Amino acid sequence: MEKEDSEEKEISERPKWDNKVQYLLTCIGFAVGLGNVWRFPYLCQTYGGGAFLIPYLIALVLEGLPLLHMELAIGQRLRLGSVGVWNSISPYMGGLGVASMMVSFLVGMFYNMILAWILWYFFHSFQNPLPWRDCPVNLNHTAYISECEKSSSVNYFWYRETLNITPNIQTSGSLEWWLVLCLASAWCFVYIGFVRGIESIGKAIYATVTFPYLVLTIFLIRALTLPGATDGLVYLFTPNWNTLKNPEVWLDAATQIFFSLSLAFGGLIAFSSYNPQKNNCESDALIVGCVNSFTSIYASIPIFAILGFKANENYNTCQNCNVTAVTVNILQLTNAFNIGDENITVENYQDWFNHLNATDPSEVESLDLKTCDLHTFLEQSASGTGLAFIVFTEAVINMPGSQVWAVLFFIMLFCLGLSSMFGNLQGVLTPLMDLHLIPTWMPKEIFTGLICLVAFTISLIFTLGSGNYWLEIFNNYVGSMPLLIIAFFEIITVVYIYGINRFNDDIEWMSGRRPNIYWQATWRFISPLLLLVVSVAYVVMQAEKSPTYSTWNPDYMYFPLAEVLPYPGWVVAICGLLSAIPVISIPLVALYRFVGFLKNYIKTRHNQNPYANEVSNGDL
Amino acid sequence: MLDKILFLLCLASALADERCMPDTPHGFQVRLSIKTALGDEAYAWNENEMFLFRATLAFAMRNHMTGQQFNVSNIVVCDETERVSFWFIVTSPLDTSQLIDQENVEAAIRRSRNRINSAFLLTDKTLEFVDILPTLGTPYVHPTPPWLIAFGVVMGAVGAGIIIMLVSSAVQKKLKTNKKPQDKDEDDEEETRVKTMENGVARDGVYNMSFSEDERFTAM
Repeated sequence: MEKEDSEEKEISERPKWDNKVQYLLTCIGFAVGLGNVWRFPYLCQTYGGGAFLIPYLIALVLEGLPLLHMELAIGQRLRLGSVGVWNSISPYMGGLGVASMMVSFLVGMFYNMILAWILWYFFHSFQNPLPWRDCPVNLNHTAYISECEKSSSVNYFWYRETLNITPNIQTSGSLEWWLVLCLASAWCFVYIGFVRGIESIGKAIYATVTFPYLVLTIFLIRALTLPGATDGLVYLFTPNWNTLKNPEVWLDAATQIFFSLSLAFGGLIAFSSYNPQKNNCESDALIVGCVNSFTSIYASIPIFAILGFKANENYNTCQNCNVTAVTVNILQLTNAFNIGDENITVENYQDWFNHLNATDPSEVESLDLKTCDLHTFLEQSASGTGLAFIVFTEAVINMPGSQVWAVLFFIMLFCLGLSSMFGNLQGVLTPLMDLHLIPTWMPKEIFTGLICLVAFTISLIFTLGSGNYWLEIFNNYVGSMPLLIIAFFEIITVVYIYGINRFNDDIEWMSGRRPNIYWQATWRFISPLLLLVVSVAYVVMQAEKSPTYSTWNPDYMYFPLAEVLPYPGWVVAICGLLSAIPVISIPLVALYRFVGFLKNYIKTRHNQNPYANEVSNGDL
Repeated sequence: MLDKILFLLCLASALADERCMPDTPHGFQVRLSIKTALGDEAYAWNENEMFLFRATLAFAMRNHMTGQQFNVSNIVVCDETERVSFWFIVTSPLDTSQLIDQENVEAAIRRSRNRINSAFLLTDKTLEFVDILPTLGTPYVHPTPPWLIAFGVVMGAVGAGIIIMLVSSAVQKKLKTNKKPQDKDEDDEEETRVKTMENGVARDGVYNMSFSEDERFTAM
């Protein structure tokens, strides 16, 4: 078992994994997160279904696996967290570790807010009927609340009863007490897993990583038996090869793989640093990378089957509305017809409609019939929180036994997010421990509790009325570009500063096999080049898009359409800061070290004495 | 005499017919969807059913405007279609030439909507009074919101878990500090050995202070 003496810091044995399975499951849990479930299916559907798999798999092979292998290998070899690793390789690149740590902390803060929302929905799934099924009635009991009526009950539940969202980001609103409660409970869950570092994480992940796969399988079986499931699946997987000509598809595939594998957070380096050094990290990287992609594809099947079911339901409702409208009208117009209700059905609707159109077209106009096209309903998919909290909750209402499905779904999402949170926080804890910044008197449990408490306090901004807007900002500006830049410098540092030959030797020593030509080619040229192109393209695309955001404003003229507003100046400044601060630490630390080197060099030049020699003065 | 009575009757019925017509400002349109509601068990709409309707409506009027004895004859129906839809107006029992205004009729119907529906085995949707909004049922308000109960249960378990973990780790530490004075020497040796084996690159092993580098003094 692990013997970590917090009292004797200098000579202490590093904690280690109980077994290889624990380590692999933790890495898989860190990589597999909410994005696999709610980002990948959306991309697949937007970018031509089955055709998207091609750029996705190419990106995995050329970019994802090499970077993954590299991070696992250096962590395992140098046995330090991200700050320590980069400091060891070259003190000038120590900023990389600081940047990773900062990004991990910032992402951890907003990621847990999403877990808080998931908990809120989870707690509400134990009611019959589900609270997002019906619109609440107004005080007179004459009608439903207008905000709910104009949009839909699921939208109302999400935007009003959960978020209590303000119309724009300048209006902060107040702290929503129910969200604070949920956020506190989310942090308690994280703490209980994280309390002793990898000792406790290693136990927790057995449940949190395997359970989602179980739930996905259950959903798969259930979803495939729903009517309309095949429509959704056909729509998802039908390849549209034309999309491959659009460079944005390739860019999105590359960024999706990169973010999906949770690279550059420092969490993977931290996890592999607790491995014994004689461990085959090549197979580990291949396993983690392939399982991650497999999970994405596997998750998209039930998601899209359920979306197909929902589209089918919407289509039928639309048809029925039209049938009723036509029925009422036909029979009102022509009393001579000896027909009662129910004679116009969904099947003969078209004939009756044509008849009505022929006899009285102006009447048809006044009917205001909606065109019911299954495709429009299928296209109404969403990604991110929209998929989970709006689209999926609407689908689940119509499934028999809705409470069970809702509970299962939200537990699955919670587990997926929790295991990713462990990785985020470990990317913060391990560097702090390696830098010996923890006072010796403080037990580890208190320190991890302190980290959770500080993060909880800062992330209270996400419980404000405008919290969702802030979360979008953090998501777009912290969790994206800084990571690409960090990863680029990581691979350049390892290959060209540490030395690719030295790296190859290390891997040969650790795993017994020298990395083959595939790894050599990707590490030396392909991956850095690809990362550079992707980073630049990403920055260019972000810069082209004006900084706007969509808001939920019930007083908007075209409500329920979202009102798109520009970010106010101070918010743009904050966005810039969020992107810049992690990245700026890279040159800052290099500069700091360089200044220190210069000072020393000048000191040695001044203090030249015959009795001194370079050996005893080599500080650097 | 007879002629006069006949004439008056015709006039009265003609008057009644005139006041009851589609889009009358004093009445309402009713739409029934019996087949939709009952499927195979649908009953046929005939004169008796219409009589029942007028009777229930009179009942509703009596309930709302207490004291006034509405009768079936006070409910005038017209413009019946096969759809089963028709218009009706309500005349005052005290004076048949007087029509009860829409607000009162609407209020009466809303009050006894449930009874009217159940007389016909229909619902608010299948027995439709056009332009009368159904009184939406009060959604059941739980005394304690159920989500707080779920929250309490889950948080209780989590809190207990945290306390158990902290207590157990504190206890483990106490046991270790009790064991430590005996094991200290063995631990030291073991750990230094382990360290030199495991940290190949980062450290150079424990520096033995008894053999210090005295070159700076001997170089002279």
